[in-house]
Amino acid sequence: MNNWFKSGTPWVWLNAGAVSISLVMVVGLLLMIAVNGLSHFWPSAVVEFEHRATADAEPERVIGEVSRSETKTAAAMREAGYEVPEGQEVVVRHLIKRGNRDITGRDFVWYIEDAMSDWRYPEDVLVLERTTWGDFYGYLRDFRRDGQVIAEGPAARETLQQRLPESLAAVRQIQRIERFDIGSINFQIEQLRLQQRALERNPELTEEARAAREAEIDAERQRLDAEYAELEARRNELRQRVRGYSITMEVMDGSTREINLADVVAAWYPNDMGLVQQLRHYARSLWDFVSGFPREANTEGGILPAIFGTVLMVMIMSVVVTPFGVLAAIYLREYAKQGPLTRIIRISVNNLAGVPSIVFGVFGLGFFVYFVGGGIDRMFYQDALPAPTFGGPAIIWASLTLALLTLPVVIVSTEEGLARIPSTIRQGSLALGATKAETLWRIIVPLSAPAMMTGLILAVARAAGEVAPLMLVGVVKLAPTLPVDGNFPYLHLDRAFMHLGFHIFDVGFQSPNVEAGRPLVYATALILVLLIIVLNVTAISIRNHLREKYKSESD
Amino acid sequence: MNDASNPRIESRSRVRDLLPGPEQRARLRRWRAVKDRSAKYLIGAFGVSVVACLGLIFIYLFSEVLPMFRPAAMEVGASYTAPGGTSARSVNVASDRHRETAVRFTDDRRAVFFDPRNGAVSHEVDLPIPEGTVVTARAQAEPRARLSAYGLDNGQVLAVRHVFTERFVGGQRETGGEIEFPLGDEETALLDVVDDGTAIQALAIQAGSGGISVVAALADGRLRLVQFESSTNFMTGAVTVERKVYDLEVPPGAAQITTLLMDITMRNLLVGDSDGNLHYYDVSRPQRAALRDSREVLPDPNASITAMEYLLGTVSIIVGGSDGSVRQWMLVRDDSNINRITQVRRFESHDAPVILVAPEYARKGFATADQTGVVKVHYSTSARTLLSQQVTDGPPGVLSFAPRANGLYLVDGNERLHRVDVRNAHPEVSFAALWQRVWYEGRSQPEFVWQSSSATDEFEPKFSLMPLTLGTLKAAFYAMLFATPLAIMGAIYSAYFMSPRMRGMVKPTIEIMEALPTVILGFLAGLWLAPFVESNLPAVFSILVLMPLAFLLFAFLWTRVLAERIRLLVGPGWEAALLIPVVLLVGWFCVTLSPHVEVLFFTGDMRQWLTDVGITYDQRNALVVGVAMGFAVIPTIYSISEDAVFNVPKHLTQGSLALGATPWQTVTKVVLLTASPGIFSAVMIGFGRAVGETMIVLMATGNSPVMNFNIFEGMRTLSANIAVEMPEAAVGGTHYRILFLAALVLFVITFFMNTIAEVVRQRLRRKYSSL
Repeated sequence: MNNWFKSGTPWVWLNAGAVSISLVMVVGLLLMIAVNGLSHFWPSAVVEFEHRATADAEPERVIGEVSRSETKTAAAMREAGYEVPEGQEVVVRHLIKRGNRDITGRDFVWYIEDAMSDWRYPEDVLVLERTTWGDFYGYLRDFRRDGQVIAEGPAARETLQQRLPESLAAVRQIQRIERFDIGSINFQIEQLRLQQRALERNPELTEEARAAREAEIDAERQRLDAEYAELEARRNELRQRVRGYSITMEVMDGSTREINLADVVAAWYPNDMGLVQQLRHYARSLWDFVSGFPREANTEGGILPAIFGTVLMVMIMSVVVTPFGVLAAIYLREYAKQGPLTRIIRISVNNLAGVPSIVFGVFGLGFFVYFVGGGIDRMFYQDALPAPTFGGPAIIWASLTLALLTLPVVIVSTEEGLARIPSTIRQGSLALGATKAETLWRIIVPLSAPAMMTGLILAVARAAGEVAPLMLVGVVKLAPTLPVDGNFPYLHLDRAFMHLGFHIFDVGFQSPNVEAGRPLVYATALILVLLIIVLNVTAISIRNHLREKYKSESD
Repeated sequence: MNDASNPRIESRSRVRDLLPGPEQRARLRRWRAVKDRSAKYLIGAFGVSVVACLGLIFIYLFSEVLPMFRPAAMEVGASYTAPGGTSARSVNVASDRHRETAVRFTDDRRAVFFDPRNGAVSHEVDLPIPEGTVVTARAQAEPRARLSAYGLDNGQVLAVRHVFTERFVGGQRETGGEIEFPLGDEETALLDVVDDGTAIQALAIQAGSGGISVVAALADGRLRLVQFESSTNFMTGAVTVERKVYDLEVPPGAAQITTLLMDITMRNLLVGDSDGNLHYYDVSRPQRAALRDSREVLPDPNASITAMEYLLGTVSIIVGGSDGSVRQWMLVRDDSNINRITQVRRFESHDAPVILVAPEYARKGFATADQTGVVKVHYSTSARTLLSQQVTDGPPGVLSFAPRANGLYLVDGNERLHRVDVRNAHPEVSFAALWQRVWYEGRSQPEFVWQSSSATDEFEPKFSLMPLTLGTLKAAFYAMLFATPLAIMGAIYSAYFMSPRMRGMVKPTIEIMEALPTVILGFLAGLWLAPFVESNLPAVFSILVLMPLAFLLFAFLWTRVLAERIRLLVGPGWEAALLIPVVLLVGWFCVTLSPHVEVLFFTGDMRQWLTDVGITYDQRNALVVGVAMGFAVIPTIYSISEDAVFNVPKHLTQGSLALGATPWQTVTKVVLLTASPGIFSAVMIGFGRAVGETMIVLMATGNSPVMNFNIFEGMRTLSANIAVEMPEAAVGGTHYRILFLAALVLFVITFFMNTIAEVVRQRLRRKYSSL
């Protein structure tokens, strides 16, 4: 034994253990996100059981999904106010998602296993995903039109399946009118208001010109108002039509509740689904999540605006950071004489990489938003003041801030690529009479393009995951409009935007119902992680491929 | 010959035609040279602008911080004869927040409204003081209430309020002023303190929601508290005033009462006498009002209190003495929960008796004036005396602040009004206020506190950076405690012992780990790890102990007990892969056993047990942050130290092995020693990252700025504090600039860490190449 320790083998194994722990942590974390994020969309079975809060209490029927389970000590549970029999030491409890937030008030409740009856999986339990108040669990009793029962029992189920797509289509149409058509008119009315203010503030205009302009604006406004009224009438008519249908549901305490079909986003019988149906439901939920707009303080619905905002931001950032980073790297590698200046530049690059991201946020807020943005507002957007145009959180400032943050990534990566190009290639080009710039442009840049690509991809991956600076310079929890829309100039760089990372922070930590938002946070995290891993793996493989390529050439 | 040469000439001329002529070539060459040169300058400009970016960040942060440390300044903007004539003496001067309208109260019963910029009188209001009476005492409520009271020699008190109005006409601001009476109209303005006509000697007034309270010291030595409550009859609109009178016990000793002060809660009354004593009365229930504490507040027993005034919020008072001293006192609860008059701090003394104290409207600042006309501006929290200047020659009669503290009004003995412009934007900041214990109002002792905002206006902002700095270090410390051993041990193993194939898989995995967004780590730490740790505390600690033991046990079984045949199936360098099941097994074992361990050793609930032992436990604590942030730091440290270990020249290790050292001896005696600068710089860079990390700390702690190193409590770091408070800070305010200072501190810390690490690495690279 003593010899064994002297040989050092145990210490080698301990060091190996450190690697194992790290690997288990990384893989475990990724798996956990994947499992939690993906399982949310699966139509999980709904259980029904009777629960007695105390030994002699009336049993209470509970319907819901099992969210998670855990083992607690009896002492801790007694501390929390549960009744646990003497002598019992550990307690298993389940978190049941009961839904029906509008009726019960609490949609997630812990139940102790010992107080439950056996679990049943009734086939006719219906789950409704609603536009407000979260999910609804219950039994379908009848289907009504304008208050009149038109189908009961099993017939109601069929009628629901027939009518739901129709109602959904109408609801989607209403949303389209509200979000895009009316949004566009509001935008134009706001432009008119700004024009009018500009008119009022312009002292050089003659009375006639002013009157003419005002008349024009008035006519335009009247036209828009008429258009608005038309759209509103259309929306109201659609609403009226959808409002006619309703269903009656029996909930867990036995009472019934009427639910308007217009509030229903999806309906399914989780305990009565074949694999194909389940898969279809899964695909549809996943698609809705990726392509939908958020509802209920972001805890439900989709994350399309967040994905859109993240992608657009990194695109604008790329446009800025790529030329900057690549040219700086070319300077370092191809032009600069190695000396104090390059050493200073290298230290700057390292420091830019090491400065905490929140410092970039503070700089971005003070310099870009208040100083530059405020200056632009004072010069070009006088009419809108005091409401800021560029002087507030905006996607352009977020992109510029992140461009600064990711600059070193591009520089380091490009420099590495340039260093790997054999100097014989440069010398050959110069020997044939090409100037340095020509060599660079025709030979070096094409050869090192993959390295630049790697740098850019790594920068995008870094930027997509960064949240702290964005919280100060441009991200909001709920953006009413996307930064790109059908109104001139189409790309609105002055708008605040939503971001996947901030969405996670907001829903997970600042939403009123954390438990309800938790699955969506996992799903959002999964999408963000997938995005970043795909980007990174691409970058790493390009880089490795490049290394191999030049290793053989330079040897 | 001719025939043969002809085509050659012809062809030559054709070639010549195709090639550009010499002139053209020269032009092309020039153009190429221009392109070449401009490319050179353009690329050079971009190269240098990297430095410019870093410089810009530093200079911008610095420029936002700098105004905090710019000294305050004051100068006399205008001096003119007091508006309304010099025949009467000034009693009080106040202005609106724009300093466009001001009012001067005189002792001949007038309120004169004027423009403070030039002294032009706009209008006058006669105060309803009966003819033939003399004003014998005066008092002011807290400045924001704009309420003042005049005690008369017939035992009556006049309470008036001056109001400044503001309206916009055609985009231009017009300001004006009026006089109002707090209990309704002019009829009820005169309040009877006594009915027998005894003159009032000293006075205090304060207005509350129900009415106003007046405390008066009468010429015959009585001390009396009178509450007036007005109610309006809804039917007739008539105003009736209800009056309640309470006679208070007279302070001990033969001294005369000189000053009276009552706070805005109308619970505490402070009485100053001519012997320099201060007496504290608890008047929260006036019928049972009692003297609680008396204290001599001046250092010199012969000196007397010459000026005394509450600061904003009426919690602490400034006492000026005839010896020129300026001290801050307040009521502090002692161990037996009784309020005691306690000295909090002292300010720069005057050379002559201090006769006037003027508090600011919105901050805890104040100005003092002495008999020789010297005015000093002080700030309470930071204990600074910011300005000192001779404004006039003689003893001034009135001193007051403009509401935004950007101006002072001083009326001298010759009834000349001096309008003083003050620039004093950030008096709250001093080295002591940021980094040392400060005795804040309402606290029982000096403390380190960060509390930047509150719901009330009279709140004293507490800007101690100590809790934040300590929190930053605490978070970084626990993260490094978790990450450093794992990362360095892992680096040694994978650089020196691991098989190349496994290394090819492990390194990209760790690189992915580095790329994981911290917001995801923070979210998992806050929503999953924190509750998990809370309910499985014994598991966390048993894993810490059992994991290494399990590794050793497995190693022993594998290398000593297991048959050679099986052992050889797995080549050397795959130990880490073999240990993965061990990690999973030990983890599962500890978690499953956790409730039983709790039942056996911790009376069933370890968290409760910790609380009973006296250890505070927060769900989101330093332990959780340590693990989550450690996770974020591991890849940084790992990859840099792995590089350093891997690049140790091979002939060194081979020499060591050839001389008979075991691989482990080679690692500890040769490899680690050679690579130690690289590992050091890896730790530095990792520490820099831990110091600046924001999202994990923001999400995995409660963000309460505590001052301890308890692993079971949270913290608030500089970076998380910026993220939380920056969006709410008023642009250009002290809070905003202090957050910039925090960012600058972070910038400088990480700058030094990174630069040192970089220099060390460059040296190491040179060393390796020379070896």
